[in-house]
Amino acid sequence: MRKRSADSVEIVPSDITPFEKYLSRRAVLAGGIGLAAVQSIGGFARSAYGQSTGALAYTRNAELSVTEPANSYQDITTYNNFYEFGTDKSDPSEHAQKFRTQPWNVTIGGEAEVTGTFSLEDILKPHPLQERIYRLRCVEAWSMVVPWVGFPLGDLLMRFKPTSKAKFVEFKTLYDPKQMPGQRSSVLEWPYVEGLRIDEAMHPLTLVAVGLYGKTLPNQNGAPLRLIIPWKYGFKGIKSIVSIKFVERAPRTTWAGAGANEYGFFANVNPSVDHPRWSQATERHIGASAFGPRRPTLPFNGYAAQVAGLYTGMDLRKFF
Amino acid sequence: MWQVRWVVKPMVFLACLIPAVHIGLGALNAAGVLHVGSISLGADPVKVMLHTCGRWTLNFLMITLVLTPLRDLTHSVFWLRFRRMFGLFAFFYVLLHLSVYLLLDQSGNLSALWQDIVKRPYITIGMLGLLLLIPLALTSTAKAQRRLGRRWTRLHRLIYLIAILGVWHFWWQVKKDIREPLLYVCGLTILLGYRLWKHRQSLARLSVARFARTDGA
Repeated sequence: MRKRSADSVEIVPSDITPFEKYLSRRAVLAGGIGLAAVQSIGGFARSAYGQSTGALAYTRNAELSVTEPANSYQDITTYNNFYEFGTDKSDPSEHAQKFRTQPWNVTIGGEAEVTGTFSLEDILKPHPLQERIYRLRCVEAWSMVVPWVGFPLGDLLMRFKPTSKAKFVEFKTLYDPKQMPGQRSSVLEWPYVEGLRIDEAMHPLTLVAVGLYGKTLPNQNGAPLRLIIPWKYGFKGIKSIVSIKFVERAPRTTWAGAGANEYGFFANVNPSVDHPRWSQATERHIGASAFGPRRPTLPFNGYAAQVAGLYTGMDLRKFF
Repeated sequence: MWQVRWVVKPMVFLACLIPAVHIGLGALNAAGVLHVGSISLGADPVKVMLHTCGRWTLNFLMITLVLTPLRDLTHSVFWLRFRRMFGLFAFFYVLLHLSVYLLLDQSGNLSALWQDIVKRPYITIGMLGLLLLIPLALTSTAKAQRRLGRRWTRLHRLIYLIAILGVWHFWWQVKKDIREPLLYVCGLTILLGYRLWKHRQSLARLSVARFARTDGA
């Protein structure tokens, strides 16, 4: 199954650090984390069963971070939309605690020179981690500010050498109804599918998040790895990814399939295109002041300067 | 029956206030006025307040509608002594629901509310249901009941339409998971279906009686 081009350096079995050694290296690093700018070696701390939220080694990317105060760890980890664990905001934090993220494999497929199934360690190892504080805007018209830890998706995708036919990238969440009780109901089509145009996927703001507040991503936030596309509505940020496929045509994404008139493929945050059932012009910011006024929603969630160019010439009312 | 009036009714009344007290305390907690750790409305207290009031409006509409079938089943008019109270609680919670929406969610922006009423069908029908409840609440006194006579009964049949509008409002605003609104749809179907069935039964009895009369003549 595993095809690999000759000069693919990253994922050679001999390169993989033995797990015990890897853990001890983590222990050394953990001591220095308080110094903020620990030079990251792409380490990834987790217990053998992947359940602990261990400290990560990362650098702060201030340039790509907003300066607004981040929401509390409590808010970010108890107010989640992750329908695989239930449709209430509190369901994921209650039902995802026993979710096993170790071992974890990601299958890379489609229009790329390097394809196959890779372990999570293989996927993450070459990538130094950075913290980025991003705005998060949910399609339900609420918002948060979240300090993610991760690395650019583009860096990961380039390792697999996508071909010229790779116009889009399709992502899938794990399908495992035994572990994900929400998948036992047909509230959505499972597994969850998301997609990006290749230039969106390669955009430097698009992040693979593996951590939150400097620690391993909690299960309810999409462990062990998820996407963050800060200028798009939150549902584009697919969680617990097991499959990445380079494709020629736009994939049929889950929410667009559930209601094509309500959830578009692009799903760029846009205050001037309302959801058919509610306004997107304003948002309620979770946290700060519970009863404060709603905030105006910004085009591309405030990232217009960086990303508006991706959509020049496109009618964003049509391609919402 | 002084016990019903002075013991049971006040206790039921207080019980009906529990959801309101809960969100009231939760709101004070969220605003930082109060610090009761056990009462938390979570990360988005406004939404919880809004949905709690909405749910309890529907619950009280359902409870109001279940009293007549209960009377028929148990052959006791005891249940009907609570109908006014439950109906008024439905009105109370829908007013709270609207207040939370207007004052907290929309920060008192009346033009935003008006925009919603005009543009968003689920809010249009929800608002219609609320408006229709007003005449029922205003004519809920014994005096009004006496004064209006048979017209009172006809007016208060609006409750069927109001309940349908309320459940419809809920159905239309959920994002994808319709299980909970579906529960209300089922409940309402049974409650309204029962009335339809009873109505047809009484029509049938009436025609049988008429037939018997003509036959006997």
